[in-house]
Amino acid sequence: MTSLTPKDKDTVRSFWAKVSGKAEDIGMDALARMLIVYPQTKTYFAHWKDLSPGSAPVKKHGITVMNGVGFAVEKIDDLKAGLLSLSELHAFTLRVDPANFKIISHNILVVLAIMFPNEFTPQVHVSMDKFLAALALALAEKYR
Amino acid sequence: MVEWTDFERATIQDIFSKIDYDIVGPATLARCLVVYPWCQRYFGNFGNLYNAAAISSNPMVAKHGTIILHGLDRAVKNMDDIKNTYAELSVLHSEKLHVDPDNFKLLTDCLTIVVAGQMGKGFTGEVQAAFQKFLAVVVSSLGRQYH
Repeated sequence: MTSLTPKDKDTVRSFWAKVSGKAEDIGMDALARMLIVYPQTKTYFAHWKDLSPGSAPVKKHGITVMNGVGFAVEKIDDLKAGLLSLSELHAFTLRVDPANFKIISHNILVVLAIMFPNEFTPQVHVSMDKFLAALALALAEKYR
Repeated sequence: MVEWTDFERATIQDIFSKIDYDIVGPATLARCLVVYPWCQRYFGNFGNLYNAAAISSNPMVAKHGTIILHGLDRAVKNMDDIKNTYAELSVLHSEKLHVDPDNFKLLTDCLTIVVAGQMGKGFTGEVQAAFQKFLAVVVSSLGRQYH
Protein backbone atom coordinates (compact mmCIF):
# COMPACT_ATOMS: atom_id res chain seq x y z
CA MET A 1 0.00 0.00 0.00
CA THR A 2 1.12 3.57 -0.59
CA SER A 3 2.71 5.72 2.07
CA LEU A 4 1.26 8.97 3.36
CA THR A 5 1.86 12.02 1.21
CA PRO A 6 2.50 15.41 2.82
CA LYS A 7 -1.06 16.30 1.81
CA ASP A 8 -2.41 13.21 3.58
CA LYS A 9 -0.50 14.13 6.74
CA ASP A 10 -1.79 17.71 6.66
CA THR A 11 -5.34 16.48 6.10
CA VAL A 12 -5.09 14.02 8.98
CA ARG A 13 -3.54 16.56 11.33
CA SER A 14 -6.07 19.28 10.61
CA PHE A 15 -9.05 16.89 10.74
CA TRP A 16 -7.74 15.43 13.99
CA ALA A 17 -7.44 18.92 15.44
CA LYS A 18 -11.16 19.36 14.74
CA VAL A 19 -12.30 16.03 16.16
CA SER A 20 -9.84 15.25 18.95
CA GLY A 21 -12.08 16.97 21.47
CA LYS A 22 -14.53 14.14 20.90
CA ALA A 23 -11.88 11.41 20.81
CA GLU A 24 -13.34 9.63 23.83
CA ASP A 25 -16.85 9.55 22.35
CA ILE A 26 -15.48 8.37 19.02
CA GLY A 27 -13.50 5.59 20.67
CA MET A 28 -16.37 4.39 22.83
CA ASP A 29 -18.82 4.29 19.92
CA ALA A 30 -16.34 2.65 17.52
CA LEU A 31 -15.46 -0.12 19.96
CA ALA A 32 -19.08 -0.73 20.93
CA ARG A 33 -20.03 -0.91 17.29
CA MET A 34 -17.23 -3.33 16.54
CA LEU A 35 -18.42 -5.73 19.23
CA ILE A 36 -21.97 -5.62 17.87
CA VAL A 37 -21.28 -5.68 14.13
CA TYR A 38 -18.32 -8.09 14.26
CA PRO A 39 -19.17 -10.43 17.13
CA GLN A 40 -16.02 -12.48 16.51
CA THR A 41 -14.05 -9.59 18.02
CA LYS A 42 -15.64 -10.33 21.37
CA THR A 43 -13.26 -13.27 21.67
CA TYR A 44 -10.55 -10.83 22.73
CA PHE A 45 -12.59 -9.55 25.64
CA ALA A 46 -13.84 -12.73 27.26
CA HIS A 47 -12.31 -11.48 30.50
CA TRP A 48 -14.74 -8.55 30.70
CA LYS A 49 -17.90 -9.07 32.69
CA ASP A 50 -19.97 -6.77 30.53
CA LEU A 51 -19.56 -6.39 26.77
CA SER A 52 -22.65 -4.23 26.20
CA PRO A 53 -22.22 -0.84 24.49
CA GLY A 54 -22.53 1.45 27.48
CA SER A 55 -20.59 -0.73 29.89
CA ALA A 56 -17.61 0.55 31.84
CA PRO A 57 -14.95 -1.74 30.31
CA VAL A 58 -16.13 -1.01 26.75
CA LYS A 59 -16.11 2.73 27.38
CA LYS A 60 -12.73 2.67 29.07
CA HIS A 61 -11.16 0.59 26.34
CA GLY A 62 -12.66 2.69 23.56
CA ILE A 63 -10.92 5.67 25.14
CA THR A 64 -7.64 3.76 25.38
CA VAL A 65 -7.78 2.78 21.72
CA MET A 66 -8.62 6.29 20.57
CA ASN A 67 -5.84 7.78 22.68
CA GLY A 68 -3.57 5.42 20.76
CA VAL A 69 -4.86 6.86 17.50
CA GLY A 70 -4.24 10.38 18.76
CA PHE A 71 -0.75 9.37 19.78
CA ALA A 72 -0.18 7.98 16.28
CA VAL A 73 -1.24 11.31 14.74
CA GLU A 74 1.60 12.94 16.63
CA LYS A 75 3.98 10.29 15.31
CA ILE A 76 2.65 10.49 11.78
CA ASP A 77 6.06 11.28 10.30
CA ASP A 78 7.50 7.97 11.50
CA LEU A 79 4.79 5.58 12.59
CA LYS A 80 7.07 2.54 12.65
CA ALA A 81 9.44 4.10 15.17
CA GLY A 82 6.77 5.97 17.06
CA LEU A 83 4.55 2.92 17.58
CA LEU A 84 7.34 0.46 18.38
CA SER A 85 6.33 -0.29 21.95
CA LEU A 86 2.63 -0.43 21.05
CA SER A 87 3.54 -2.90 18.35
CA GLU A 88 5.43 -5.03 20.83
CA LEU A 89 2.42 -4.93 23.14
CA HIS A 90 0.05 -6.09 20.40
CA ALA A 91 2.50 -8.70 19.08
CA PHE A 92 3.69 -10.37 22.25
CA THR A 93 1.08 -9.68 24.87
CA LEU A 94 -2.27 -8.99 23.20
CA ARG A 95 -1.68 -11.05 20.06
CA VAL A 96 -4.59 -9.46 18.24
CA ASP A 97 -4.89 -10.88 14.73
CA PRO A 98 -3.97 -7.94 12.46
CA ALA A 99 -7.10 -8.58 10.37
CA ASN A 100 -8.96 -6.96 13.23
CA PHE A 101 -7.13 -3.65 12.76
CA LYS A 102 -9.10 -3.23 9.52
CA ILE A 103 -12.30 -3.89 11.42
CA ILE A 104 -11.74 -1.28 14.12
CA SER A 105 -10.53 1.19 11.47
CA HIS A 106 -13.76 0.73 9.51
CA ASN A 107 -15.82 1.37 12.61
CA ILE A 108 -13.81 4.48 13.46
CA LEU A 109 -14.57 5.79 9.97
CA VAL A 110 -18.29 5.02 10.36
CA VAL A 111 -18.37 6.95 13.65
CA LEU A 112 -16.50 9.88 12.09
CA ALA A 113 -19.09 9.93 9.28
CA ILE A 114 -21.90 10.00 11.84
CA MET A 115 -20.38 12.61 14.13
CA PHE A 116 -18.80 14.88 11.51
CA PRO A 117 -20.92 14.48 8.35
CA ASN A 118 -19.81 17.79 6.86
CA GLU A 119 -16.11 17.54 7.67
CA PHE A 120 -15.71 13.87 6.73
CA THR A 121 -15.53 14.57 3.00
CA PRO A 122 -14.24 11.97 0.51
CA GLN A 123 -10.84 13.70 0.59
CA VAL A 124 -10.65 13.49 4.38
CA HIS A 125 -11.96 9.92 4.20
CA VAL A 126 -9.18 8.74 1.89
CA SER A 127 -6.43 10.34 3.98
CA MET A 128 -7.86 8.96 7.21
CA ASP A 129 -8.28 5.51 5.64
CA LYS A 130 -4.64 5.58 4.48
CA PHE A 131 -3.50 6.80 7.90
CA LEU A 132 -5.37 4.08 9.78
CA ALA A 133 -3.97 1.49 7.37
CA ALA A 134 -0.44 2.81 7.93
CA LEU A 135 -1.11 2.76 11.67
CA ALA A 136 -2.22 -0.86 11.44
CA LEU A 137 0.88 -1.76 9.48
CA ALA A 138 3.13 -0.12 12.08
CA LEU A 139 1.22 -1.95 14.82
CA ALA A 140 1.79 -5.28 13.09
CA GLU A 141 5.48 -4.57 12.59
CA LYS A 142 6.77 -6.71 15.47
CA TYR A 143 4.43 -9.67 14.91
CA ARG A 144 6.89 -11.82 12.97
CA MET B 1 -30.75 -19.65 2.87
CA VAL B 2 -30.04 -16.55 4.85
CA GLU B 3 -31.98 -16.20 8.09
CA TRP B 4 -33.27 -12.70 8.71
CA THR B 5 -34.66 -11.55 12.03
CA ASP B 6 -37.72 -9.31 12.08
CA PHE B 7 -35.50 -6.47 13.19
CA GLU B 8 -33.14 -6.99 10.24
CA ARG B 9 -35.98 -7.12 7.71
CA ALA B 10 -37.60 -4.02 9.14
CA THR B 11 -34.28 -2.16 9.30
CA ILE B 12 -33.42 -2.85 5.66
CA GLN B 13 -36.87 -1.82 4.42
CA ASP B 14 -36.71 1.27 6.61
CA ILE B 15 -33.29 2.42 5.42
CA PHE B 16 -34.12 2.02 1.74
CA SER B 17 -37.46 3.76 2.10
CA LYS B 18 -35.82 6.74 3.78
CA ILE B 19 -32.68 7.41 1.74
CA ASP B 20 -32.67 9.81 -1.19
CA TYR B 21 -31.30 7.69 -4.04
CA ASP B 22 -30.22 10.76 -5.98
CA ILE B 23 -28.02 11.86 -3.10
CA VAL B 24 -26.78 8.58 -1.65
CA GLY B 25 -26.08 6.89 -5.00
CA PRO B 26 -23.85 9.61 -6.44
CA ALA B 27 -22.15 10.26 -3.08
CA THR B 28 -21.35 6.57 -2.68
CA LEU B 29 -19.83 6.02 -6.11
CA ALA B 30 -17.91 9.30 -5.92
CA ARG B 31 -16.54 8.40 -2.49
CA CYS B 32 -15.52 4.96 -3.76
CA LEU B 33 -13.63 6.46 -6.71
CA VAL B 34 -11.85 8.95 -4.41
CA VAL B 35 -11.02 6.60 -1.55
CA TYR B 36 -10.17 3.59 -3.73
CA PRO B 37 -8.91 5.20 -6.94
CA TRP B 38 -8.03 1.89 -8.59
CA CYS B 39 -11.78 1.41 -9.01
CA GLN B 40 -11.60 4.11 -11.66
CA ARG B 41 -10.32 1.42 -14.02
CA TYR B 42 -13.92 0.49 -14.75
CA PHE B 43 -14.91 4.01 -15.71
CA GLY B 44 -12.41 4.93 -18.40
CA ASN B 45 -15.07 6.65 -20.50
CA PHE B 46 -16.48 8.76 -17.68
CA GLY B 47 -14.39 11.82 -18.52
CA ASN B 48 -12.78 13.92 -15.82
CA LEU B 49 -11.87 11.83 -12.75
CA TYR B 50 -8.61 13.64 -12.05
CA ASN B 51 -9.30 14.76 -8.52
CA ALA B 52 -11.88 14.52 -5.77
CA ALA B 53 -13.66 17.72 -6.81
CA ALA B 54 -13.94 16.55 -10.43
CA ILE B 55 -15.20 13.13 -9.37
CA SER B 56 -17.78 14.56 -6.98
CA SER B 57 -19.17 16.90 -9.65
CA ASN B 58 -18.98 14.45 -12.56
CA PRO B 59 -22.52 13.94 -13.95
CA MET B 60 -21.75 10.45 -15.32
CA VAL B 61 -20.56 9.36 -11.89
CA ALA B 62 -23.73 10.77 -10.35
CA LYS B 63 -25.98 9.05 -12.86
CA HIS B 64 -24.22 5.73 -12.47
CA GLY B 65 -24.23 5.99 -8.69
CA THR B 66 -28.01 6.23 -8.75
CA ILE B 67 -28.24 3.24 -11.11
CA ILE B 68 -26.06 1.12 -8.82
CA LEU B 69 -28.11 2.04 -5.77
CA HIS B 70 -31.35 1.16 -7.53
CA GLY B 71 -29.69 -2.15 -8.37
CA LEU B 72 -29.99 -2.94 -4.67
CA ASP B 73 -33.79 -2.57 -4.83
CA ARG B 74 -34.09 -6.09 -6.16
CA ALA B 75 -32.39 -7.50 -3.11
CA VAL B 76 -34.46 -5.30 -0.79
CA LYS B 77 -37.64 -6.73 -2.36
CA ASN B 78 -36.37 -10.34 -2.42
CA MET B 79 -34.47 -10.71 0.81
CA ASP B 80 -35.23 -14.41 0.97
CA ASP B 81 -33.58 -15.20 -2.34
CA ILE B 82 -30.90 -12.64 -3.02
CA LYS B 83 -28.66 -15.38 -4.40
CA ASN B 84 -30.90 -16.14 -7.37
CA THR B 85 -32.10 -12.58 -7.72
CA TYR B 86 -28.56 -11.55 -8.61
CA ALA B 87 -27.48 -14.56 -10.69
CA GLU B 88 -27.81 -12.62 -13.94
CA LEU B 89 -26.15 -9.49 -12.58
CA SER B 90 -23.32 -11.65 -11.29
CA VAL B 91 -22.74 -13.07 -14.75
CA LEU B 92 -22.83 -9.55 -16.16
CA HIS B 93 -20.22 -8.27 -13.70
CA SER B 94 -18.01 -11.27 -14.37
CA GLU B 95 -18.32 -11.84 -18.10
CA LYS B 96 -19.04 -8.40 -19.47
CA LEU B 97 -17.85 -5.83 -16.97
CA HIS B 98 -14.88 -7.86 -15.65
CA VAL B 99 -15.13 -6.30 -12.21
CA ASP B 100 -12.83 -7.74 -9.55
CA PRO B 101 -15.32 -9.00 -6.95
CA ASP B 102 -13.11 -7.67 -4.15
CA ASN B 103 -14.21 -4.25 -5.34
CA PHE B 104 -17.83 -4.94 -4.37
CA LYS B 105 -16.85 -4.75 -0.72
CA LEU B 106 -15.12 -1.41 -1.27
CA LEU B 107 -18.31 0.04 -2.71
CA THR B 108 -20.49 -1.33 0.06
CA ASP B 109 -18.09 0.04 2.70
CA CYS B 110 -18.52 3.48 1.13
CA LEU B 111 -22.30 2.99 1.04
CA THR B 112 -22.25 2.15 4.74
CA ILE B 113 -20.32 5.33 5.49
CA VAL B 114 -22.59 7.52 3.35
CA VAL B 115 -25.76 6.07 4.92
CA ALA B 116 -24.19 6.50 8.36
CA GLY B 117 -23.57 10.15 7.58
CA GLN B 118 -27.17 10.56 6.41
CA MET B 119 -28.80 8.77 9.33
CA GLY B 120 -26.57 10.14 12.07
CA LYS B 121 -27.42 8.82 15.52
CA GLY B 122 -30.15 6.65 13.98
CA PHE B 123 -27.42 4.47 12.51
CA THR B 124 -26.91 2.51 15.70
CA GLY B 125 -24.64 -0.50 16.07
CA GLU B 126 -27.62 -2.81 15.61
CA VAL B 127 -28.75 -0.99 12.46
CA GLN B 128 -25.19 -1.06 11.15
CA ALA B 129 -24.99 -4.82 11.78
CA ALA B 130 -28.22 -5.44 9.87
CA PHE B 131 -27.17 -3.19 7.00
CA GLN B 132 -23.72 -4.74 6.69
CA LYS B 133 -25.19 -8.25 6.84
CA PHE B 134 -27.56 -7.36 4.00
CA LEU B 135 -24.72 -5.88 1.94
CA ALA B 136 -22.52 -8.91 2.62
CA VAL B 137 -25.22 -11.18 1.19
CA VAL B 138 -25.51 -8.92 -1.87
CA VAL B 139 -21.74 -8.94 -2.36
CA SER B 140 -21.58 -12.71 -2.00
CA SER B 141 -24.41 -13.19 -4.53
CA LEU B 142 -22.78 -10.86 -7.02
CA GLY B 143 -19.55 -12.84 -6.80
CA ARG B 144 -21.20 -16.22 -7.09
CA GLN B 145 -21.19 -16.69 -10.87
CA TYR B 146 -17.52 -15.83 -11.30
CA HIS B 147 -15.39 -18.68 -12.53
